[in-house]
Amino acid sequence: MSSLMSSPAAWFVIVMSVANMLACLWLIWWTARRRTANTESNTTGHSWDGIEEYNNPLPRWWLWLFILTILFGFIYLSLYPGLGNYAGTRGWTSSAQLAQEQAQTQAVFEARYGQFAKMDLVSLSKNAEAMSAARNLFANNCAACHGADARGNSGFPNLTDNDWLWGGNPETIYETIAHGRKGVMPGWVAILGKQGVEEVSAYVLSLSGRKVPEEWIEPGKQRFATICVACHGVDARGNQAVGAPNLTDKVWLYGSSMNVLRETVTNGRSNEMPAHLPLLGETKVRLLAAYVYGLSHP
Amino acid sequence: MSHDTETARTNPSISPVYNDKIVRQFTIMTVVWGVVGMLVGVWIAAELLWPALNFDIPWLTFSRLRPLHTNAVIFAFGGSGLFAASYYVVQRTSHVRLFSDGLAAFTFWGWQLVIVLAAITLPMGITQGKEYAELEWPIDLLIAIVWVCYGIVFFGTLARRKMKHIFVANWFFASYIITIAVLHIVNNIAIPVSLTKSYIIYSGTVDAMVQWWYGHNAVGFFLTAGFLGMMYYFVPKQAERPIYSYRLSIVHFWALISVYMWAGPHHLQYTSLPDWAQSLGVVFSLILLAPSWGGMINGMMTLSGAWHKLRTDPVLKFMVVSLSFYGMSTFEGPMMSIKTVNALSHYTDWTIGHVHSGALGWVAFITIGTMYSLLPKVFNKPGMWSTRLIDWHFWIATIGVVLYITSMWIAGVMQGLMWRATNTDGSLTYTFVESLKFTYPYYAVRLLGGVLYLTGMLIMVYNVIRTLRTPEPRAANEAVAVQAAAA
Repeated sequence: MSSLMSSPAAWFVIVMSVANMLACLWLIWWTARRRTANTESNTTGHSWDGIEEYNNPLPRWWLWLFILTILFGFIYLSLYPGLGNYAGTRGWTSSAQLAQEQAQTQAVFEARYGQFAKMDLVSLSKNAEAMSAARNLFANNCAACHGADARGNSGFPNLTDNDWLWGGNPETIYETIAHGRKGVMPGWVAILGKQGVEEVSAYVLSLSGRKVPEEWIEPGKQRFATICVACHGVDARGNQAVGAPNLTDKVWLYGSSMNVLRETVTNGRSNEMPAHLPLLGETKVRLLAAYVYGLSHP
Repeated sequence: MSHDTETARTNPSISPVYNDKIVRQFTIMTVVWGVVGMLVGVWIAAELLWPALNFDIPWLTFSRLRPLHTNAVIFAFGGSGLFAASYYVVQRTSHVRLFSDGLAAFTFWGWQLVIVLAAITLPMGITQGKEYAELEWPIDLLIAIVWVCYGIVFFGTLARRKMKHIFVANWFFASYIITIAVLHIVNNIAIPVSLTKSYIIYSGTVDAMVQWWYGHNAVGFFLTAGFLGMMYYFVPKQAERPIYSYRLSIVHFWALISVYMWAGPHHLQYTSLPDWAQSLGVVFSLILLAPSWGGMINGMMTLSGAWHKLRTDPVLKFMVVSLSFYGMSTFEGPMMSIKTVNALSHYTDWTIGHVHSGALGWVAFITIGTMYSLLPKVFNKPGMWSTRLIDWHFWIATIGVVLYITSMWIAGVMQGLMWRATNTDGSLTYTFVESLKFTYPYYAVRLLGGVLYLTGMLIMVYNVIRTLRTPEPRAANEAVAVQAAAA
């Protein structure tokens, strides 16, 4: 990082910081040198609103404390980066320290859990030791969205119900965690119009047995057949290849009220599961895939 | 006029030579804003314990009240205290009236307007998003204008002084006034897009560095140099002792104001700030220890030979304890800036504890002591109405501070340890919520500390009101009686 600094800026930093430290030393030397007491009472002779001043010498311990901190400063700045572009004799950088600590942690992890990367996901999901680590990994990396109990939240799927947007076989779950998913539904109000949105929403709700205005179901069904079937299928059972949900069951990602349906059909939805392979590495992603699979396959 | 000047020298407190009206105004507002700022502090401490206390009203959420609390205690309470003390001290130690009564009055009303605008805009969520520099650009401009006028009044007075040497308190006031102007202006350079929204011209790491150069020097110059100025006049005055060492004041003044400038990066350890800047932050923070302690030593040693006064004078107790907390927090600060310590302490409640040992223990205690000392003088009263109540204030507030900082120490160290604890699988041992759960009891203790501290302030308010309602001192009444008899 420090090598990015231009040479004049670097020299400015060096000159100013060293000059300030030397100035402190000079200040100590200069004031310690003056030891005249001007008056009998040992004060400086000044008096402001009745306040006088002694001119006692600087306390020795304090003086040494001051000098030692300055010396420490010079030593520190010779060992570590600080003086402009000078890298320090230890060659230390914070990014190297981070990389080293991460590598260390990774090595410890692989030594203990690396064996699990070779196991198939189904048997891995039955391995107590592996799943104990996976539960921790889930708590650290997944619980923020999917909840500590993995039952999800509005917009974040429940992972325990064996209902899958993108497919629930072990390798597909691995795909989802490793490379992420982008679930996008376009907004349809421009094409359907307001009334059309009402009808389609009503029809969709009727598929799971909900009571809706009778007269909207048929026109809704017709509109559904011209637009929605492309992703959700003729039978509205969805398509895991594009992450289109099954609309005939009672599992709802954003909620099942008419208001929510209306919002979804009107403005669409855009959702993302981030890719975790670059963050966590192969072993951890496999552990998590097995863990998530195991949640609905105890 | 010559008679007045003579009176001024013998009994400055009742002289018409000095502008004490401005001091009276700021003194009263110091007490008022102290109560307001600390009340908001107590409220948000309670919100951390019982989040429902925001009543789902956006204006009352922690995120909006927290900057209101910090602005109110630092700039309204602390700022008014500094205005009062500096205006009082610069006149008394220069033996002249303020340079301009009109400008001084403008600084009072301007500053109060700034505070009121802050109290309105911050709960509305209007903010620059920079800590301790939240106020939006129109208020920033007003601050800059008021501050420049403050500088003109202060330095104009100093320039007309009748004393050859400049009193040490005025060095500190001078450095604080100049530096705060520079810090405030540089940190707040922004491009406005509307009356209530602007964008700071710096971006990314540069913005962070400028912000903490400002933030740390606001601590260094507003909350340290300014209050050291207060200390250098009111401690020797209250103890009736000469200042311990002139040369110590020279060394620690120049070292303090130069070294403070470098210490800001310690707020950004282990961030994307370049390593060289972080290292300089560590080094200069450590070098800052001795210059900081220089002020503490000079204050403490000034009291040597007057320790017996502590038995009878609770105002002096406030001052001594403030110096102790100053020494403690300026030891703690450099320690926390060491990278390995910072790796544990950063982002935890330890930081909050550290700030409050400085803010409640040092800044507020020296201010409270000063106000108790100043108030009877500028209002021409024989003394505070009740010394006993000052004593009560002292003990209740001291217990409050101790509860506050010890609970935050424990909470902070515990949070730091919990956040960094890892399992062999590389995962974190504790979730954030678990650390929060463990912090709860300490939040309760902190709230209790805050309530005690606020109680002390309310006692002060009562004492101040009773003092203002006591009749003029006997001597003055007699003088009036004599005049009346002569007529």
